[in-house]
Amino acid sequence: MDDTKDFGTPKKNNTKTINLTVDGFPVSVPEGTSIMRAASEAGIGVPKLCATDSVDPFGSCRLCLVEIEGKRGYPASCTTPVAEGIQVKTQTPKLEELRRGVMELYISDHPLDCLTCATNGDCELQDMAGAVGLRDVRYGYEGENHLDSKKDESNPYFSFDPSKCIVCSRCVRACEEVQGTFALTIDGRGFESKVSAGNKDFIDSECVSCGACVQACPTATLIEKSIIDNGVPDRSVTTTCAYCGVGCSFNAEIQGDKVVRMTPNKDGGANHGHSCVKGRFAWGYTTHKDRITSPMIRKSIKDPWQKVSWEEAISYAASEIKRIQSKHGGDSVGAISSSRCTNEEVYVVQKLVRAAFGNNNIDTCARVCHSPTGYGLKQTLGESAGTQTFDSVQKSDVIMIIGANPTDGHPVFASQMKRRLRDGAKLIIVDPREIDLVDNSVHIKADYHLKLKPGTNVATINALSHVVVTENLIQNDFIKERCDLESFEIWKEFVSLEKNSPEALEQETGISAKIVRDAARLFASENNGAIYYGLGVTEHSQGSTMVMGIANLAMATGNVGREGVGVNPLRGQNNVQGACDMGSFPHEFPGYRHVSDSTTRSSLENAWDVKLQGEPGLRIPNMLDEAISGKFKALYCEGEDIAQSDPNTQHVTHALESMECVIVQDLFLNETAMYAHVFLPGSSFLEKNGTFTNAERRISPVRKVMEPKNGYEDWEITVMLSNALGYPMKYKHASEIMDEVARLTPTFKGVSYKKLDELGSIQWPCNDESPKGTPTMHIDEFVRGKGKFFVTEYVPTSEKVNGKFPLIMTTGRILSQYNVGAQTRRTSNVKWHDEDLVEIHPHDAEERGIIENDWVGITSRSGETVLRAKITEKVQPGVVYTTFHHPESGANVITTDNTDWATNCPEFKVTAVQLTKVSELSTWQNQYKDFSKKQINLVKKDDIKVD
Amino acid sequence: MEKDHLITMANQIGSFFKSYPDQEYAANEIASHMKRFWAPKMRNMIKDIVATSDADSLDDIVRIAIKKYL
Repeated sequence: MDDTKDFGTPKKNNTKTINLTVDGFPVSVPEGTSIMRAASEAGIGVPKLCATDSVDPFGSCRLCLVEIEGKRGYPASCTTPVAEGIQVKTQTPKLEELRRGVMELYISDHPLDCLTCATNGDCELQDMAGAVGLRDVRYGYEGENHLDSKKDESNPYFSFDPSKCIVCSRCVRACEEVQGTFALTIDGRGFESKVSAGNKDFIDSECVSCGACVQACPTATLIEKSIIDNGVPDRSVTTTCAYCGVGCSFNAEIQGDKVVRMTPNKDGGANHGHSCVKGRFAWGYTTHKDRITSPMIRKSIKDPWQKVSWEEAISYAASEIKRIQSKHGGDSVGAISSSRCTNEEVYVVQKLVRAAFGNNNIDTCARVCHSPTGYGLKQTLGESAGTQTFDSVQKSDVIMIIGANPTDGHPVFASQMKRRLRDGAKLIIVDPREIDLVDNSVHIKADYHLKLKPGTNVATINALSHVVVTENLIQNDFIKERCDLESFEIWKEFVSLEKNSPEALEQETGISAKIVRDAARLFASENNGAIYYGLGVTEHSQGSTMVMGIANLAMATGNVGREGVGVNPLRGQNNVQGACDMGSFPHEFPGYRHVSDSTTRSSLENAWDVKLQGEPGLRIPNMLDEAISGKFKALYCEGEDIAQSDPNTQHVTHALESMECVIVQDLFLNETAMYAHVFLPGSSFLEKNGTFTNAERRISPVRKVMEPKNGYEDWEITVMLSNALGYPMKYKHASEIMDEVARLTPTFKGVSYKKLDELGSIQWPCNDESPKGTPTMHIDEFVRGKGKFFVTEYVPTSEKVNGKFPLIMTTGRILSQYNVGAQTRRTSNVKWHDEDLVEIHPHDAEERGIIENDWVGITSRSGETVLRAKITEKVQPGVVYTTFHHPESGANVITTDNTDWATNCPEFKVTAVQLTKVSELSTWQNQYKDFSKKQINLVKKDDIKVD
Repeated sequence: MEKDHLITMANQIGSFFKSYPDQEYAANEIASHMKRFWAPKMRNMIKDIVATSDADSLDDIVRIAIKKYL
């Protein structure tokens, strides 16, 4: 289906079909379909202005009038549903006359600047004037009009020009129905009616800049500034967003080789035509002046960088790896890949490590985010992945969100979730903070907010499970048929213990026992209960235990294996799922097969023509520890910035300084690159072919929109390095890498670029049994056979508050910025968040004499940093919160090296700290500023530039 | 890798499995976890630790797991 075609009203999915004729042509459509859509599906366009298929019909513009044989009047085709046997006429002399009259009125209060208008040739008002044959406007501009209305240019990405507004309400309805923010309204009545962002400029309003209003606008009223600056695009390439784990499909709209706009793809399986401020607008980093496009090398991190040819850079990197392995042993080198890379890129990096380095020292940034998900879900359900599609939420009756903030971290999915909540689903939130969904104005309000103390997740899930078991709310039939009964009985006995009751744990968790009991009863009593969780679950010393606790609860309540239910990890970055799938962990080959599995190893050895190691390699923290011990000497780091993203920054930078060769492949001279000896410039997502796999296991194509500004796609650089190391890789195109993945990985057996082109995206497993993919997992049977329950003893973290460090600091992210901020900091998104702040409860602030915007010193057992204070009741007393999007904030200077027991995922969410009012930056921050400045000065200015 | 850090990691693994009523099963699972996720060098180090006085820093079940199953 052509995703750019607008059918006027949304698709209906009723099974009953209605037959009618439109202009004499027979048409069959699902019951409930509008006449407008029925006509459009038959290829007959009915003129329209206020209708668009992303929002419900409104019937205000009166342009889409039709005649129905035997019926009086001229009904609006957008709001009139089809009926059996009706005969519709869309073109009659009377209809033409009526439409011309309507258009004449619209045009009489619209600037006639079409030739110089930014949307000339891409304007529905202009198109409709043509479609209805408007030739004259009898009404002059002498009367009252809106032509002098003031533009609102406050948003960095789009302009609002009320003089061009026809008050069709498409923007208002998009803001409500698609985004769910309700920031826009129609203010005033009659002639005074106008679109208003709450009587404020857009930038100061509740608008979240998702772009839904701009997308819906049929005129140039709401328009991208990039289109005003550049004009309309001349071609478009469908690709996948490189930000969060939602994995939105976008059309990159281009003039020549210049992207002028990114618009959400209506056929996108994850986003269905919606977007957020990052994917829609924040792509300018791809051509930011900070980008480095030439390879560079240096002997020491104190030396200036030397710009060299690709041949020289690769040859130098390879010779260093060989030298170090020869001197310090084969295990003295390793690599870290990133979830920001494509599947194909991370696949070749892990292959390089296993085949060319000859060890299993490969890890990925999932180590510091969702590694507990991989472990916990594999143990309990049998597969290291979420169980559902995003669309599944539309069938949920009760939604439990644990340790996630979807409106900020996964905004497009949050909009879909909010739609379901507005339609009546119940909501339970388990979070130390009052996230937006707790009380999102009158539209969304959580039924229960379990405002737990950071670090007590496992106690909370045990208390919820205790209620479910002891009040006999479990689904016995499901358990008997689907689960391992021995493990269930052990778990049942464990959670039934009095120590796991809500009352016994009340003081530990900080949640009233009654709320826990009520929430558990609600979750267990509704038909379809779905759990969504994020890093607030995984980034704890008991992250893996908590994931298993969630799976236990889902199985006990029978909430796995159909739509509307499930265990749903909200993955942080675009390709966390894919990076894990592709074998980026030191203990697993692609497809989550352990390196000790001799059958898999033998199959890979035959295909790769090399002997592989059967023992696990080093994880990121192990590599860093070994570097400090002098045993790990060289690192190839692609797309990841461990010096900013990983905990205990001082430890990380000490480890990097201890290595003899650090090779960084990235778009920018990131924090890690400042400790590097070889810099290999990377390509942006617009400059390469590949695939990303989102949180719902959806493999989506990343398509090359323009040639790489650095000369090569990232997988090509890894291939060059492998070849230089003496292990030949012969891929000519990214598709050949995916073909190899499919050949060697059972869950990807049916995946190919050809099929991706045909289907748009594919949710794995995709194989002979499921050739078009698997939207819902564990139907009828768990991947591991019987679902296994695990005992989840609550073990309090060793990171304790005391008199010296009396507060708990937890971390998170905000809507406008993305992770370490390397991309979003280089866009106009800084307008919303140009520095990280520390949130503190008014009570704690008052005790310390801290007022809004004060400089506050944050001290932990690991270090100290200084941020400005934001006083808010969103955090509870005793808890402070910050983001980590700006390197100079040093959020990870404070975090400790405590980790999850099973996976070594850092305990980012719990750090004991003290806050004091200060007047200057911390020692670390001053040192960082000096070091950073020196490092930037070691790059010749000419080398940091992109045209 | 620092000895103390490894001991902490080993005890953390122990703290998950020791809740199982069957302590033999728990010990086996502790060792199995180390085999599946720890690099050989780390396993050798922890085995060496068990042979020294530092073994006292390990929980009983972890010590048993390492001696018997690793």
